[in-house]
Amino acid sequence: MNIKKLIMTYISAKAQTFILPLAGICCFLLLWSLTASSIDTSLGKFPGPSAVATQVGNLITEHNAERVKKDAFYLRQDQRNQTRMAKDPSYQPKERTYTGKETFIDQIFTSLITVLSGFLLAAVIAIPLGIAIGLSPTLNSAINPIIQIFKPVSPLAWLPLVTMVVSSVYVSVDPMFAKSFITSLITVTLCSLWPMVINTSFGVISMNQDWVNVSQVLSLPKLVHIQKIVLPASIPAIFTGMRMSLGIAWMVLIAAEMLAQNPGLGKFVWDEFQNGSSQSLSRIMTAVLAIGLIGYLLDRSMLQLQKMLSWDKSSAQL
Amino acid sequence: MSIILDISKVDMVFPTPKGDFTALQGVDLQIKKGEFISLIGHSGCGKSTVLNIVACLHKATKGGVLLHNKEVTEPGPERAVVFQNHSLLPWLTAYQNIELAVKQVFKNKMSKAEMKEWIEHNLRLVHMDHARDKRPDEISGGMKQRIGIARALSMKPEILLMDEPFGALDALTRAHMQDSLMEIQQKLNNTVIMITHDVDEAVLLSDRIVMMTNGPAATIGEILDVNLPHPRNRLALAEDMEYNRLRSAVLTFLYEKQRKVEVIPPPEASKPDETEQVKSSVA
Repeated sequence: MNIKKLIMTYISAKAQTFILPLAGICCFLLLWSLTASSIDTSLGKFPGPSAVATQVGNLITEHNAERVKKDAFYLRQDQRNQTRMAKDPSYQPKERTYTGKETFIDQIFTSLITVLSGFLLAAVIAIPLGIAIGLSPTLNSAINPIIQIFKPVSPLAWLPLVTMVVSSVYVSVDPMFAKSFITSLITVTLCSLWPMVINTSFGVISMNQDWVNVSQVLSLPKLVHIQKIVLPASIPAIFTGMRMSLGIAWMVLIAAEMLAQNPGLGKFVWDEFQNGSSQSLSRIMTAVLAIGLIGYLLDRSMLQLQKMLSWDKSSAQL
Repeated sequence: MSIILDISKVDMVFPTPKGDFTALQGVDLQIKKGEFISLIGHSGCGKSTVLNIVACLHKATKGGVLLHNKEVTEPGPERAVVFQNHSLLPWLTAYQNIELAVKQVFKNKMSKAEMKEWIEHNLRLVHMDHARDKRPDEISGGMKQRIGIARALSMKPEILLMDEPFGALDALTRAHMQDSLMEIQQKLNNTVIMITHDVDEAVLLSDRIVMMTNGPAATIGEILDVNLPHPRNRLALAEDMEYNRLRSAVLTFLYEKQRKVEVIPPPEASKPDETEQVKSSVA
């Protein structure tokens, strides 16, 4: 009897964490494949799960093939340089970078690097700004209207302006970063700034008055007060803002890449759309799923980071 | 003994949308070194305001506070506060909470090893050395308050301010804490101002009980000297004539002279307009 009960609780616990989500996914796949086969487009049928699975294989194969080509290119270049050097020791070897097509997997990494850099830049600006606003009611009153106006602006509206400003301001003979990277990065920064500023300042404003009193009794200098009291006290709110920001940043980046033709997953989607082959739709669908999965993983990593760094474990829930 | 703290003719007026509200009027009190003072009065009478003025967390509208004949204008560790709800920083362990205070107060006066020894000494003083690396959410309310007291003591304050330190604790824990506080007081002989609304606590711990009248414009009503010999034992005192005389003196002040509610309504006969009246007398 008891063992039976134990098994039942075990199964129901497993069901919550494992079986039910799996059942949900299975239902979705079934529904998807049923509806997909009944939608006809000018590029063929809407891709179902099997078409996407095929494309995942294709995209990985393409990536590997491209890698082989790239390695071969550098091997050839090295050999060529070595033979020239052997003939003529004063010869300055020419190093050219491989300019092959970026594969799906390359685009994923480009997008990830862009979103993380833009997000980090935003955090570096937003957290100190949020703390300053939270600590000073004067500054809050002064800056709040600006935040309220810029917060609802779709970053895509910024994109043309950012593009023009970057191309005229960021001029150098040997640029460290590509202009397209800077444009995407600034667009991401602009949109992930506001949730972090607002949440950080909220965290500072709603700080427990007792802790402020403790700090006053100890006569902590301003900087120590911020470092030892204000910053840790607002960490939970800061993380809430960071998770919101990262989610928005990822969504915006894809759209920005599509619109501006900047390298990344968005460009991949757009290129496939323009390409219009019989495989295009299933490749786009693969990209859609990859974007979703990466967004989910980004959020989970943020949550994990919060669990590691925040003292308030209760706020680090889903 | 010399006067260490002089609360001199303090008035406190809070501006409200409905006009100024006088919370305190003419509060005047001199405290000697090593004295344990209890401030007692009904809730809302401004006891905490007096304490906050001494700590300089509030600024008196009129009058002021002199420590060693010098007016205090800013909060400082020489007037350490034990807050009602412990107010430990939840992201720091017990040790780190005290360390924050010790590092700030004895920045250039103690070596690292001395600081460590001093922090551990204070933890031992409140019998919390076993919870040195625990965070506040891992220990009970009484333990948190012990750490709060250790933090205040670690600042070597001239005067220790305690704002209903045991108000949030259950009766048994409170008794334990009072015993601990008496034990610490025997060793250190600090100057203490403690706010309480527990009559037994006031008589048990204090050298003088300062009884406050009801607000608005609250002030000191009576001061009662407690001349019971130290160390005091709560069980032995329960039978003591003098203890019971003092106790009833405080009770008489609180419940006859400064009675808050005109008629204490029996539970079944309580009418809404009467509770309204109580509220307005609190405000």
